[in-house]
Amino acid sequence: MIQLQHVSFNYQRQEVLTDISLSFPLGQTIGIAGENGSGKSTLLKIIAGIQRPRKGTISIHQESLSRIHSTDIAYLPDTDLFYSFYTTKELFAFYASQFQDFSLQKALEVASFLEVDVHVKLKKLSKGNRGRAKMAATLGRNTSYYVMDEPFSGLDPIVRESLIKGLIRFTNVDEQSIILSTHELHEVEPILDQLIVLKEGRVIAQDELETIRFETNQDAVSWMKNVTKEKVK
Amino acid sequence: MTQDFTRDKPIYSQLVDIICGDILKGKLQPGDKMLSVREYSLEVGVNVNTVQRVYKELESMELTETKRGQGTFITIDEERILHLRENMKVKLVDQFLQSIAAFGFSKEEIVQILQRKEETK
Repeated sequence: MIQLQHVSFNYQRQEVLTDISLSFPLGQTIGIAGENGSGKSTLLKIIAGIQRPRKGTISIHQESLSRIHSTDIAYLPDTDLFYSFYTTKELFAFYASQFQDFSLQKALEVASFLEVDVHVKLKKLSKGNRGRAKMAATLGRNTSYYVMDEPFSGLDPIVRESLIKGLIRFTNVDEQSIILSTHELHEVEPILDQLIVLKEGRVIAQDELETIRFETNQDAVSWMKNVTKEKVK
Repeated sequence: MTQDFTRDKPIYSQLVDIICGDILKGKLQPGDKMLSVREYSLEVGVNVNTVQRVYKELESMELTETKRGQGTFITIDEERILHLRENMKVKLVDQFLQSIAAFGFSKEEIVQILQRKEETK
């Protein structure tokens, strides 16, 4: 379980996250939604141990979370941070050199499931295929948590569907959790257990998807729009 | 292909309806082995936890049986399937009556149309 208690974060004077308390149990897929600039990426970086909260605490398995725990958390950044002259296979080799939990065999299996040619340089791949390669490298790691920042952003519906299936196929719900931010809520909703909505750095709503549908007769998209609107008033 | 879902109902109950439909249409026959939770989850593109709930629901409706180490099978108890058939008919008619009431139609005028359709078939 990853637990955040009263976490706040600011870049100089600009407050990005305010008093966030959340817990992420194992065995779930949790979505984080919110408008651009609502603090999603920063929150994910804090969960992944890349940024430290200015105030509040974050713990994993009841220990205070630090960079050491990167062995238990695989982070997929939203930007292209990889050397573009690498082939996907070289990217995997780089991951293998950095992460003990990385399984080349699993990464190759994911890559073949997602139909990525691992011998082509990243810069020669389409955006969709780079997204797939990144996903394969991330899922190649065997960690308790996968933290993914906008894994579907800017990709076409077919790529999105194959990535979503890859997430189902290559994670084990009994002992792993996925925490991902997304704007493609309609497509991602079926794989989510829980949805957290951020606005201006605060958690304005959090619920289980099936509860949202059952109690409000709304899907995640309309629910999110409504809770976001309510808070404006 | 992944499944499309309507907005206003829990996904698990929509999946239960789809499987019930497959049983009634005979697409799933008594004694047939069902996909594993993980396989079905992948096929419809839905969270494994949700699919687990679907399988539990089907089991509690006594439409499926799980045999240890072998998997989940459609019941061979014809009575249960007959029961599902009757229930589903009533459920559909109730839904239909509700929707015509929402438009202010009387049952009589709707029955007339149904009969006319039946005759011109």
